[in-house]
Amino acid sequence: MYDKGAVIAGLAVFVVFFSFPFWYNTGSAAYKQPQPELPKNSKQCVESKEWMRAEHMQLLNTWRDDVVREGMHEYTSTANGQVFNKSLVKTCMKCHDSKEKFCDKCHTTMDVNPYCWDCHVAPKEAK
Amino acid sequence: MKNTRRKFLKVAGLAVLGWSMRPASRLMAAHGAQSAEGLFMASKHGAPKHGEGLHAGRWIMLIDTNKLTPAIEQKCINACHTNHNVPDIETKQNIKWIWAEPLHNVFPEQMHENIPGGTERTTLVLCNHCTNPPCVRVCPTKATFQREDGIVMMDFHRCIGCRYCMAACPYGSRSFNFMDPRPHIKDAIPEFPTRTKGVVEKCEFCSERLAEGKLPYCVEVSEGAMMFGDLEDPESEVRKVLASRYSIRRKPELGTEPGVYYLI
Ligand code: SF4
Ligand code: SF4
Repeated sequence: MYDKGAVIAGLAVFVVFFSFPFWYNTGSAAYKQPQPELPKNSKQCVESKEWMRAEHMQLLNTWRDDVVREGMHEYTSTANGQVFNKSLVKTCMKCHDSKEKFCDKCHTTMDVNPYCWDCHVAPKEAK
Repeated sequence: MKNTRRKFLKVAGLAVLGWSMRPASRLMAAHGAQSAEGLFMASKHGAPKHGEGLHAGRWIMLIDTNKLTPAIEQKCINACHTNHNVPDIETKQNIKWIWAEPLHNVFPEQMHENIPGGTERTTLVLCNHCTNPPCVRVCPTKATFQREDGIVMMDFHRCIGCRYCMAACPYGSRSFNFMDPRPHIKDAIPEFPTRTKGVVEKCEFCSERLAEGKLPYCVEVSEGAMMFGDLEDPESEVRKVLASRYSIRRKPELGTEPGVYYLI
């Protein structure tokens, strides 16, 4: 075998780097699912909780285009047929009235930075 | 086989000729009664005629230059700017949706020093929501587009800040966010978004108000100096006023067909 030393050293370095996340995190607290605070004034979201958890970003994208580009403002829930105004601030945030206690909970854990709030104004946080 | 190739080229040539005539025929169609479509017209977008709210074939605004006073003008500007989170920046980089302008700047072609009140008298100017808006034709991302009811909208989400539209607009109706506007807005109202740095903005004829069945903010507080209605409805208030009073539009020679009429 040629260059045995270099190959083994290289492999060792590779293994150390590859397994970095595992040994670096041993002993630290286990991942906990974030617990966003649910609204008190309402029991039912525009769709089911599971669906919203997975699809809310697509829903908001569609709402945005419908409202701005097509002038379509009404959303009929497939969960219960109720009609909602397609609006982040005027619908979603009327129940989820704290961005910090709701949106940010998961977004921070997942390290995603949606740019909604660069323009849209979040409701005032009750301190 | 030589023959086939000759034939092919001939047919191809004819086809190219045919296709080149198609836009020309559409262009000519644009000179008919309905000037809504044609080679030199911006394409339309959006079908807002459903759901609640106010709808029209073509929204227009009338501004009564005689009824406007500086105090009313300021009221209209404040109503618009506070409700749309328009920032107040002290420099030339300020943002404006609606503002007061001396008549000699609004109608430079038709001024003489003896007009009643003088040429320094002001009136309100805003986006004209042109029937043939040059801003829409140049926007590379369709961030600015024309609705079927004539409103020239901004989709702030899509604007890349190239400012072609600002170069194209002959009325200077558009403002550019050279900086983050948030620090320059006193109390941002949550019902309407702010903008970010690098986005163009302008008046949208209060499309969000129309959707709720309400008239634009400026019209509401103008003490009757502004009117808003449907140009295509012969029974509408605005049509009746247009038929009875003399009105002019800005730079009619450009063919943009403004939707804002000034009553003289
Ligand atoms: S006034 Fe300017 S910004 Fe408004 S529609 Fe006409 S060209 Fe576009
Ligand atoms: S600045 Fe924005 S709205 Fe204007 S032309 Fe460019 S992308 Fe379109």
